[in-house]
Amino acid sequence: MSTTGIGKGVNRRRFLRGTLGGAAVSVGLPFLDVFLNTNGDAMAATGAPLPRRFGTWFFGCGMNPERWNPATVGAQWELTPELLPIESVRDRINILSGYSVLLNGEANQVHRTGVFGALCGGAPKSADTVEGPTLDVLVSDAIGTRTRFRSLEMAATGNPRHSNSLRDVSSVNPAEPSALGLYTRIFGPGFSDPNAAEFTPDPGVLLRQSSLSIVAEDRKRLERMLGQSDRARLDQYFTGLRQLEQQLELQLQKPPPLEACSIPGAPVDMPLNTEIGNVMANHALMAQTLALALACDQTRVFNMQFSDRASSLRMPGTTDTHHTLTHEEPRDATLGYQPNATAFVLKSMEAWTTFVQALDAIPEGDGTLLDNCLVMAHSETSEANSHSVVGLPFMTAGRAGGRLRTGLHVSGVGESASRVGLTMQQAMGLNVAQWGTDQNKTDRPITEILT
Amino acid sequence: MRIPSTLAVAALIAVLLGCEAADPTVTGGPLAMRRLTAEQYRNAIEDAFGSQVEVAGRFEPDNRREGLNALGAAMVAVTPSGFEQYEAIGRSIADQVTSPELREQLLPCQPDTPSAADAACTEQVVRKFGRSLLRRPLTEEDVQARIEAASLAAETQQDFYAGLRVALVSMLVAPEFLFRVEAAQPAPSPGQENRLELTNLSLASKLSYFLWNRGPDDALLAVAQRGELTQPAVLAREVDRMLASEYLVDGVRAYFEDVLLFDKFDNLSKDVGQYPIFNNRMAADAREQTLRFIVDHLVAQQADYRTLFTSRTLPMTRSLGAVYGIPVRAVDGWETAVLPQNQPRVGLLSHASFAMLFAHPGRSSPTLRGVFLREALLCQSIPEAPADIDFTQFVADVNAVHNTARDRLDVHSTQASCRKCHVLTDPIGLGLENFDGIGKLRTTENGVPIDTSGDFDGRDFSGPAELGQAFADNPLVSACLVQNLYRYAVGREETRGERPLLRYLEASFEQNSYKLTALMRDIAVSEAFRTATAEPQSPPEQVVSSEPARDAETGSSAAVGDAATIGGKST
Repeated sequence: MSTTGIGKGVNRRRFLRGTLGGAAVSVGLPFLDVFLNTNGDAMAATGAPLPRRFGTWFFGCGMNPERWNPATVGAQWELTPELLPIESVRDRINILSGYSVLLNGEANQVHRTGVFGALCGGAPKSADTVEGPTLDVLVSDAIGTRTRFRSLEMAATGNPRHSNSLRDVSSVNPAEPSALGLYTRIFGPGFSDPNAAEFTPDPGVLLRQSSLSIVAEDRKRLERMLGQSDRARLDQYFTGLRQLEQQLELQLQKPPPLEACSIPGAPVDMPLNTEIGNVMANHALMAQTLALALACDQTRVFNMQFSDRASSLRMPGTTDTHHTLTHEEPRDATLGYQPNATAFVLKSMEAWTTFVQALDAIPEGDGTLLDNCLVMAHSETSEANSHSVVGLPFMTAGRAGGRLRTGLHVSGVGESASRVGLTMQQAMGLNVAQWGTDQNKTDRPITEILT
Repeated sequence: MRIPSTLAVAALIAVLLGCEAADPTVTGGPLAMRRLTAEQYRNAIEDAFGSQVEVAGRFEPDNRREGLNALGAAMVAVTPSGFEQYEAIGRSIADQVTSPELREQLLPCQPDTPSAADAACTEQVVRKFGRSLLRRPLTEEDVQARIEAASLAAETQQDFYAGLRVALVSMLVAPEFLFRVEAAQPAPSPGQENRLELTNLSLASKLSYFLWNRGPDDALLAVAQRGELTQPAVLAREVDRMLASEYLVDGVRAYFEDVLLFDKFDNLSKDVGQYPIFNNRMAADAREQTLRFIVDHLVAQQADYRTLFTSRTLPMTRSLGAVYGIPVRAVDGWETAVLPQNQPRVGLLSHASFAMLFAHPGRSSPTLRGVFLREALLCQSIPEAPADIDFTQFVADVNAVHNTARDRLDVHSTQASCRKCHVLTDPIGLGLENFDGIGKLRTTENGVPIDTSGDFDGRDFSGPAELGQAFADNPLVSACLVQNLYRYAVGREETRGERPLLRYLEASFEQNSYKLTALMRDIAVSEAFRTATAEPQSPPEQVVSSEPARDAETGSSAAVGDAATIGGKST
């Protein structure tokens, strides 16, 4: 893996003595003409197609299958009690019910197997291993290397550990825990407005590149010092360094104009904890900030955790969390389900709707930002009470730039969740014919939703 | 799960035989490459630049393995967003160090002209801070690369300090700063082809991070550079010096923060409806209280480790007074409180810190408390609940009234599938039910008296005080400390070959009246601590580890890397 294009001193000199007078670069084209071509699917100035983005949206502790799964497949599916909150976006999403992580003889690792089985294409083999990378990392390797951020991870619960995104078990991508932090990272120092009339490269960027090049030049010596597993960890380090170098290179160029991009105001600073009202508010602010980050092409891959695995969400004034309720709350004899635990399922669907709407609210090209996104929503269980990984709740939102149909319910009863992951990769244009391991290996995407 | 008890028996036999065994000559396990923790990073910045320089930013979360972040540190890498953070923090530090306010005070020299390059001054700065940050003297290559970059930057920017920032940031993001990499030289012994000895500099870092949670000071680095640290007498002298240092407190605190899972405080929240008096200040004080309590007993008083479980003396703030029901005179700050004799509250297990951490946001949790006691203090592992249980079958009786936690958890002891694990956790957890979800004392729950009696591995207790005494008397508790502290020191689980060493350490710990500092000394001077075993599968051309086996030990700085062969071939 190459770390850097920067060689020794000569190149550094080139960098430092380069274009850098600090002079502004003016944009020559009239502002309004630079945007779209006549078909509305590409940038007129560059001819580049509108970017496609991929993300995951996670909610903990699943749902009640008999109240969540629609009864009929296709476009005419009827809303179920636990899908009622998504009514306003039903045409923009798909419901994929019935897909399971097949255990392949492994124990069901509670609150892990369902999520990493789906994201990595196979059931984890023990409580502290994961066979990475996760789906989002596969996609970001393919489409995330040309943007300022390779991917953005967010946790509405305010805990940076609440992330499912990992290259391997030694490098879990930490989540941004606050909306304000997310905003500052994207729109704070280092952000260059693509629609600004003038562009002035920041000389400080060259200095930062110079610091990194000193370290990058030292890589071979360091590698020689290490055993195999530690060398893999050093590789991860240099992947991070390379990512930052790419960010800096982008900051020296005038970004192409983006019609959909506008710069939001800074969100308010929220209390960060697992109380449901705070989580909903933090999540909504994060969704809005993320949507504009995508519109401004700062990243093309993202992962949002609305709640954590074994959801620690809680209602104010109560003694229990969502997770403890799923195990300890009696099933109401007349209702047939756990009413207090189920309230969190409805909250999760409400939040998912908010998220989809945030992406759909930004016009882009002939449609909205959402049309050029693909978001996969999922959870680590179906019925949380028994930690079931059978019939997991999957949903997708967006059309992936026209590669996906929406408004459909597909039932995959008995099929591996790898089919969902394979479909996501193919819809994002990855050249992948089969995916998953052992029983979860598949070469069959869900063709019902692919165009 | 019962392994420690066999170890304890072995220790007991050793004692009964009256043999004051010497450190068994056991070779250490594999080398470790450990990422600095956030606290270690802060300490490194303080040591290099002083306490005025602020470390502003967030670090990647630690990764707990076998109950210790210290073990996860030897496994974690750096993610792209983690690297982004390191670089941002590094720039902020370099900006502060070269700021007009601090530069004269912190830099060893000033340039002839602030608007031009100054190679000589750059070299002084790079050598001074580089030695501290990278924990070794810099090589000529290290220095030259930085002088060149700094000079170019200074010329183009017409600012000497801009150049210096380039050099400083390059060290602050260097993998050799962010990771502690152990280097070793082949030193085969009969029957041990793969035996390695740590280099002097690696041993210096390993010692100082173990005892101080920070890098070596100048004195230790000097001893290492002279190549003397690996001499047993010198090593013992240095260890004694370090144990007497004020930095020992940092090391002891870091160990207990790790083993007691205190990083959970970072995301602790409580329901304000259930616990109206709870606030972040109270949580921070509770964390600090336990750490001060431990340091006071084990470092200042050099007390028997087991007294932690029976002591009634503890530091107190006004905010905590509201939890403990104790009037506190100090408006701001700490004073020493003595818990009344007639209260069930005694010792570490009754601290508010544990009550808060091992509980749900809205109520206490005997199970979470029991799991913590078993895993962190007894080194037993409690499996996750089996996945396929339908929990609702146990709570089917919607009309049942459960007033106390004991009632609610009754199913755990009546259902065989639950009982297997919960018999280990719930009885001792229920023994602490006198403390609610934030640690306030209570004798009733929902108007019904709380029964805190139970059985701890065959020993009856009537409540928290007797449970604490039972922990103090249980040999597993001290054996577990030995095991965890050794793992913490070396950054990995003990190998099979190291088990005799743990038995020796347990026996010696007892002979030394369970003094923590004596145990730390035993570990630090042990054969296993300063040796390692090469990974057998490493291809011969691979160097086993880091820290260029340059001539750093003799103070000169020869070319790096090329000369460094370890892992089988000669240097």
